Amino acid sequence: MSTHFAGIDIGSRTIELVIVNETGDIVFSTQSDTGFDPMAEARKMINGVSYDRIMATGYGRNLFEMSFDAPTVTEIKAHARGARAFFPAALTVLDIGGQDSKAIALTANGKVKKFEMNDRCAAGTGKFLEIMAKTLGFSIEGFGLEALPAQRELNISSMCTVFAESEVTSLIAKGQNRREIARGLHASVIRRAAGMISRVSAEGDIVFTGGVANNPCMRLLLEEKLGRKVLCPNDPQMVGALGAALLAGEIK
Amino acid sequence: MSEEYRSMWTDLGLDLDAHDALLGILGNAYNDIYLSQKNRPEGMNYFDFVMSEVHGLRIKELMNEKETGRKIIGSFCVFVPEEIVLAANATLVGLCSGADFAMEEVEKLLPRNTCALIKSAFGFKLGRVCPYLESADMIVGENTCDGKKKSYESLNNLVENLYVMDLPQVKSEHGKALLRAEYNRFRSAAEILTGVTITPESLKQAINTVNAKRTALHRISSLRKADPAPISGLDALLANQVFFYDNPARFTDSVNKICDELEIRIEEKKGAFPEKTPRILLSGCPQAVPNWKLPFIVETSGAVIVGEESCVGERGTRNLTDDSGNTVDEMMEAIVDRYFQVDCAIFTPNPERLEHIQELAASCRADGVIHYGLQFCQPYLMESIPVENVLENNNIPCLRIETDYSIEDMGQLKTRIEAFIEQLK
Repeated sequence: MSTHFAGIDIGSRTIELVIVNETGDIVFSTQSDTGFDPMAEARKMINGVSYDRIMATGYGRNLFEMSFDAPTVTEIKAHARGARAFFPAALTVLDIGGQDSKAIALTANGKVKKFEMNDRCAAGTGKFLEIMAKTLGFSIEGFGLEALPAQRELNISSMCTVFAESEVTSLIAKGQNRREIARGLHASVIRRAAGMISRVSAEGDIVFTGGVANNPCMRLLLEEKLGRKVLCPNDPQMVGALGAALLAGEIK
Repeated sequence: MSEEYRSMWTDLGLDLDAHDALLGILGNAYNDIYLSQKNRPEGMNYFDFVMSEVHGLRIKELMNEKETGRKIIGSFCVFVPEEIVLAANATLVGLCSGADFAMEEVEKLLPRNTCALIKSAFGFKLGRVCPYLESADMIVGENTCDGKKKSYESLNNLVENLYVMDLPQVKSEHGKALLRAEYNRFRSAAEILTGVTITPESLKQAINTVNAKRTALHRISSLRKADPAPISGLDALLANQVFFYDNPARFTDSVNKICDELEIRIEEKKGAFPEKTPRILLSGCPQAVPNWKLPFIVETSGAVIVGEESCVGERGTRNLTDDSGNTVDEMMEAIVDRYFQVDCAIFTPNPERLEHIQELAASCRADGVIHYGLQFCQPYLMESIPVENVLENNNIPCLRIETDYSIEDMGQLKTRIEAFIEQLK
C-alpha cells in the first residue's frame, strides 16, 4: 500500500480534512462544522481514514497537537503551500476565513516572504459577512450572488461588526435597497483586504483562498479594486488542509 | 517572614488585599513563564530569588537604607542618570509599570487610548500596590513622549514628591544644552533632597558603579551571540529588568557569575535551546516587569531571543560614562555625553536608532527582527514602519507587532509569530 499524508485545518467555523498520496494528489477530502467541541469533531473525522502522518493547522492546531501528538503548521504557511499546489507560479495569496484574514507574499520558490494579518477582531472576515447577510435577510451562501447585480454600492464606513450592523439597520430603515447595501458591505471588506495585499505585494495574480473566496462578488470586486487577476481554486476552503497534508509529506 | 513584610507594607500605605492579589498573579506568571523553562543557567537562581522577594526583602533593604537617612529616588525612564543619584548618596529604583492594575480608576484620569505603560504606572499608584513608588522620597517624571509628559500633570495630584525633568527632542547643540542644564538642576535637587554635596570622589565612584553594572550586561549580550544561545531571551530580559531594582554591586556580581557559567556552557555547546534555533532580535518599546508576554510567545513558538533593542536592554545600557574627568563639572559633562547618545524615539529625526538596530541584528546574528510597539505609543509605532523598511531592504525579515498588556490577543499573536518563525527557517 502506498504512503498517504493527511492535513486537518481546524478553523473557527469549519474543519477540513484532506488526504494526499505520495505524488500530492488529493485522494480524500471532507468538511464538517467546528461546533462546540472541535476535538470531538476532529476525532470523528479522522476515525476510519488511514494515513501515515497527519499535520494540523488552523486556530485549533495546538489543541490538536496536544490531543493527537501531531505536528502543526500555521495557517499562513499551510495556505501558501496549498495555493502553490493549484497555482505553481503564485506569488500572492489572500485567505479570508471565518475569523481572520491574511495576505501572504511568496518568494519564487514558494516560501513565505511577508504576510499581514488582521489583529484582534473579526472585522473584514467571513464572520462579518455572515452577520451582515443575516441582518439583511440573505443566506450566507447566496449573499454574494444577491450583491452582484446591484446598480450601485451604498457606502458603509464602519469595519466594526457591531457598528456596521447598526449602520445597515439604519439604511434599511431609510428604505434603501438591500442589494445595494450588500454590495457596499462587500466593497468595505475588499477595501481592507486590498490594503493588506498592497502592503505585502505590489503586482501579479492573487490566489484567493478560504471560505470567503466562494463569494463571487468578493472575487469580482477584488479584481476591480486592484486591477489584478484573481485566481480561485475549485474548493478554496480546502486549501489550508491540503497545504498541511502536503507539508506533512515533506517533513524530513 | 511575611508577617514582618505585612507590617512594612501597611506602614508604606499599601492596600494589602490588592497587593496580595498582585503578588499571587505575579507568582503564578513567574512559575508558568520562567520556572517552566528548560536548560536554564544555574546562576538564574539568584534572579528567581530576587523576583520572589521583589516586594519583600528588597523593600526591606530599602527601608533599612532609609532608616540610616539614605533617600530613595524612583524613576520611569533611562534618562534619569543613576550616577548623579548614587553620588548624592541616594538609591535609584525603577518604578512598576508592566501590568494592568486598577484600570477603571486609571481611566477616570487618563484617556482610554493611553499606552499600557503609562496606565500601569497610574494603576500601581491608584491601587496602592507598588512599594517602590510608596517608599520613594522623590519620583522623577521626565518629558519624553506626549503621553508621559501630560500624564505627569495628573500624577502630580496623586503624589507629593514628583520632580519633572525636561528632556530635549532634537540632537542639536541646543538640545544638548538643555540636557546639560536639566542634569545640573537634577543634581542640585538630589543634593537638596539628601543634604549631600556631590564631590569628584563620590561622582567618580558612582560612575564606576553604574559602568560596572552596564559592563556586566554587555558581557551577557556578547555571550548571547553564541549558537546555541547559552541563555534564553526571557532570562536575559529578566537580568535587564532587575538592573532597575537591585543593589548595584550585588547585581553586577550576580550577572558576572552568570557570565562565567555561560562561558562554560558555550564551551560545552550547551544552550537554552538547540543549535540552529531561529534567532530573533526584539526591538522597540520597553518591557517592564512583569510584561513577559511577547518573549514568552516567541520562545514557546520555536525561536530564541538574542537581543533587546529596548530601554530595558541595549538602549538603556549600551554606552559607558567616561570616568576620566577630575572635577565634578568634567564628569557631569561626560554624563551628558553618555545620555545624549540614547536613541529614544522621542528624538526627531532619529537615524541613529535605525543604524543601531541593523548593527545589533548583525552582531547578535539575528535571523529576523520583531518590532514591539505598545498600542498608542506614537513615537515607536511611527518609527516601526521605517524600521521595517530599512531591515527588509537589507533582506532581514521583520514583523511589526502592536499590542498591550492584556492577553486577549495571545492567540492571534501566536499565529503571527509562529508564521514569522516558519518564515525564518
